[in-house]
Amino acid sequence: METIKDPVLRLKDVCISYTAGTMAVKHVSADIEKNSITAIMGPSGCGKSTLLRAINRMHELYKNIRVTGEILLGGENVLQMEPMEERRKIGMVFQRPNPFPTMNIYDNVLAGYLLNGIRLSKSQKDDIVERHLRGVALWDEVKDSLTKRGTFLSGGQQQRLCIARALALQPDVLLMDEPTSALDPIATKHIESLMDNLKKEVTILIVTHNMGQAMRISDRSMFMFLGELVEYDKTNVLFEHPRDERTRSYLTGKMG
Amino acid sequence: MQDKLFRSCLFLSAIVIPLIGGGILLSLTADASGAFETFGFWHFICSDQWVTTAGQENYGALPFITGTLLTTLLALLLCIPFSLPVALFTGEYFRGRKIATVLGTVTDLLAGIPSIIYGLWGFYVLRGVFMHLGLSPQGSGILTASFVLSIMIVPYAASLSAEFIKMVPSDLKEAAYAIGATRAEVIRRVIFPVAGPGIFSAYILAIGRALGETMTVTMLIGNTNQLPDTLRTTGNTMASIIANQFGEADGLKLSSLIAIGLLLFLITAVINMIGKLLIQRARHV
Amino acid sequence: MQNSQPIKLRIFKSRLLFVSVCVCSAITAIPLLAILGEVLVKGWHQLGWSFLTEATPNAYKAMMAAAQGESLPGGIAGGIVGTFLMLLTASVAAIPTGILCGIFLSEYRGSWVATGISYLTDLLQGTPSIIIGIIVYIWVVVPTRGYSAFAGSVALFIMMLPLIIRSTEETMNVLPATLKEAGLALGGSYWRVMLQVLLPSALGSIFTGILLAISRVVGETAPLMFTALGGAAISWNMAKPMAAVPLLIWEFFNDPNLQSLIWGASLFLLTFVLFLNLSAKRIAKKWKL
Repeated sequence: METIKDPVLRLKDVCISYTAGTMAVKHVSADIEKNSITAIMGPSGCGKSTLLRAINRMHELYKNIRVTGEILLGGENVLQMEPMEERRKIGMVFQRPNPFPTMNIYDNVLAGYLLNGIRLSKSQKDDIVERHLRGVALWDEVKDSLTKRGTFLSGGQQQRLCIARALALQPDVLLMDEPTSALDPIATKHIESLMDNLKKEVTILIVTHNMGQAMRISDRSMFMFLGELVEYDKTNVLFEHPRDERTRSYLTGKMG
Repeated sequence: MQDKLFRSCLFLSAIVIPLIGGGILLSLTADASGAFETFGFWHFICSDQWVTTAGQENYGALPFITGTLLTTLLALLLCIPFSLPVALFTGEYFRGRKIATVLGTVTDLLAGIPSIIYGLWGFYVLRGVFMHLGLSPQGSGILTASFVLSIMIVPYAASLSAEFIKMVPSDLKEAAYAIGATRAEVIRRVIFPVAGPGIFSAYILAIGRALGETMTVTMLIGNTNQLPDTLRTTGNTMASIIANQFGEADGLKLSSLIAIGLLLFLITAVINMIGKLLIQRARHV
Repeated sequence: MQNSQPIKLRIFKSRLLFVSVCVCSAITAIPLLAILGEVLVKGWHQLGWSFLTEATPNAYKAMMAAAQGESLPGGIAGGIVGTFLMLLTASVAAIPTGILCGIFLSEYRGSWVATGISYLTDLLQGTPSIIIGIIVYIWVVVPTRGYSAFAGSVALFIMMLPLIIRSTEETMNVLPATLKEAGLALGGSYWRVMLQVLLPSALGSIFTGILLAISRVVGETAPLMFTALGGAAISWNMAKPMAAVPLLIWEFFNDPNLQSLIWGASLFLLTFVLFLNLSAKRIAKKWKL
C-alpha cells in the first residue's frame, strides 16, 4: 500500500502481553491517516480491542499487562506521556453506552472538563454542550431535557451522548471499541451516518467485528488475526483484492 | 500529586482495621496476663472455682466456657427446625413471590430487634411460660436463654441458607423432575447435596453470632457461677459473666474477666474464620 | 434394584414436606408478633411528650411516687440525647473512614494487603459487642480516668466501621468497570474519577448500608455499659458519663422502682430501630442501579 503522508498516529512495533510469555498483540506497526476512519477487524480474541485500548493506556488500570513499542501521537510517544494529558487528546467510546449515571445530560457532555478540574463560564458551557450535542445530532431530541439523567435516554441516544462527551474535549483521535454492538440496527445506522461528518474534526479508529460496517464507513481497514496485523490497506482494496490467504477466508466467512 | 494524596488517604483509612484488630488482641493479652500468670493458662481454663472473697481469690473459666458451649449448641439445635423450613420457603417453594418477600421481611425484622428487648420479652413473658410448663424451676436458666438465642439466630441461618438454595442450578432440578422425582425428592436428593456445604457454613456463622450474644443471655440465664449439671439449671456464659461483674471488678478479678474476654474473642474469631472460608469455598464450587 | 415406593406414598410425602415447611415458617413469625405486641400493649400509653422530653427520675423520686401511688414522673430524654450525640460522633468518624477503606478494598482487591484487611474486617464484624466494650474500657476509660460519652462513641465507631466498609466495598465491586474507564479515558485524574463519578454512583447503596449500620448499633447495650456508663440526667458533655436509650432500659430492668418505664423506652427503641431498618430496605430498592 502507499505510504501515508503526515500520519496523526503511528504504531511502531507494538507488543502487548497479559501474562509473561504469551502475547495478545504481536509487533504491530501502522500509520493512521489524519481525518479518516480506520477500521480494525478480526475474529474475536484477535487482539483488536487490546490494541485499541493500548492507545489511550487503559491497560494501566490493570496489573500484569505489558505494552512495549512506540505509539506516536504528533511525533510524541504516548506511552511516555502523562497518562491524563494523553487521554485528553485521545477520546474513547466504549462497547456499551456508559453515560455517568449520577450526572444529567448537560453535565455528561461537560464531564471531561469537570473531571479535569477545568472551570468554564456558564456561556462557555452552554456553547460546548450545544455544539457537541448538535455534532452528534442529539440536540433537537434532548434540548428540553438537559437536566434529566443521561441514563433515561435510549441506547442509541446514550451512545451518541457518550460520543459527544468524548468529543467535547476536542481530541485529536477518537477510539471506538465496537460502539454499535449493543445497539439495534436503526441506532447503528444513525451512528454510522454521523461518523462521516465527524471525521472532518477528528481521526477515528474503530474496532468492529462487523465486516459490513467496516466496508460502509471506513477509509482504511486493518485485519488482525491471532495478535498479528495481517493486512492493512484502503478499505475497497482490502475487501476486493485481499493479498493474504487468512484475510480472504475471513472475508468469505470461512473464519470468524 | 493530588492523586498521591488521595491514595494515601485510602491507605490510611484501610490501615485503621489492622490497627484495631491487632490492638484488641494485644491489649486483651496484656491485661489478661495477670490471671494467666497467677493461675496458669490451662488451670485457668479447666478450673471451676469462682471465689471473689478478698485474700482467697480463685478464678477459673470452666463454668462459663461450658455455659457458652451449652447455650450455643442448644440454640443451634433449636434453630434448625425453623431456619431450614424458612430457607426452603423463601429460596425454593415460594422463590421470588410476594409471600417470600413478606417472610423475608419478618426475618429481617427479627434480626433487627435489639438483644436487650429479646431479653425483656424472655424475662417477662417466656420465663412465666417455662415455669408454667414445668420446664425449669425458676423460669430462667440455660434452657430459657438458649430458646431465645435460637430465635435470634434463625434470621442469620435462614437468609444465608436460602441464598445457597437459590444457587442450585435449575437444570439439575429439571433433570430430576424429568425422571419423575417428586418435589420432596428433588429437595433431598438434589438441593441438599448441592447446597449442603453452603448451608453448613451458614450454621457455622450462626454459631459465631450465638457465642458472643450478651444482653439476652445475661437477663435470662440466672447468673450463677457453678458448673451447670442439667439444662434446667441456671448458669453463666463467658459474655454474661463479663456483663455482670466487669463494672465493679479490679485487680485479679478484672484480669480474669479480661482473660475470659480474650478466650471468647479467640473462639468467635476462629469460628467466624472457619465459617467464612467454608462460605467462600461453597460459593466458588 | 429394590422396588420403588408406591407413587401415592411418594406424592403424599412430598405434600407433607410442603405443609410442614409452611407451618414451621409461619411459626417463625410468632416471636416477632409476640414481641411487637407485648412492647406495644405495655408501652404505648407511656409514650407522650413528657416521656420524650423529661429526664429520668432518680431512685428517691421514683420511690416517693410509688409510695403515694402516683404514676412515675419523667421520661427518657437523657437517653435520647445520649443516643443521638454518641451516634453522631461515631458516625462522623466511621462514615468517611469506612467509605475510604471500602474504596481501598475494592480498588486493590486481589492484592494480599486488601485480602488481609478484608479478613480482619470480617473478624471485627463478628467480634462480640461485649469485647468491644472491654477494649474501649482499656483504651479510653482507663487512660482518661473515667467513663465518658466519648468512650461510648469510640465503641460505637468500632462497631459501625466494618458494616460501612462492607457495604461500600460490595457496592463498588458491582459498579461496571467501564464507568471508571470512561472517566479516566476523558483524562480525568484518579481521585476526581473516584469521588465525582464512582462514589456518587454508589452513594445510594452506601447510604442504605449506613442506615443499616446505625440501626444495628443503636440498640447495642453491652459496648456502652463499661464506656458511657449511663445516668439519669440529660447531659451534653461528651467528657462525662452519658445515658443512652438501651442503657436506660438496662437500668430500669435492674431497678425495681423504675420498672414501669421499661416498656415505653423499649417501644421507643424498637420503633426507631425497625423504622431505620425498613426505610433502609425501601431506599435500597428505589436506588438500585
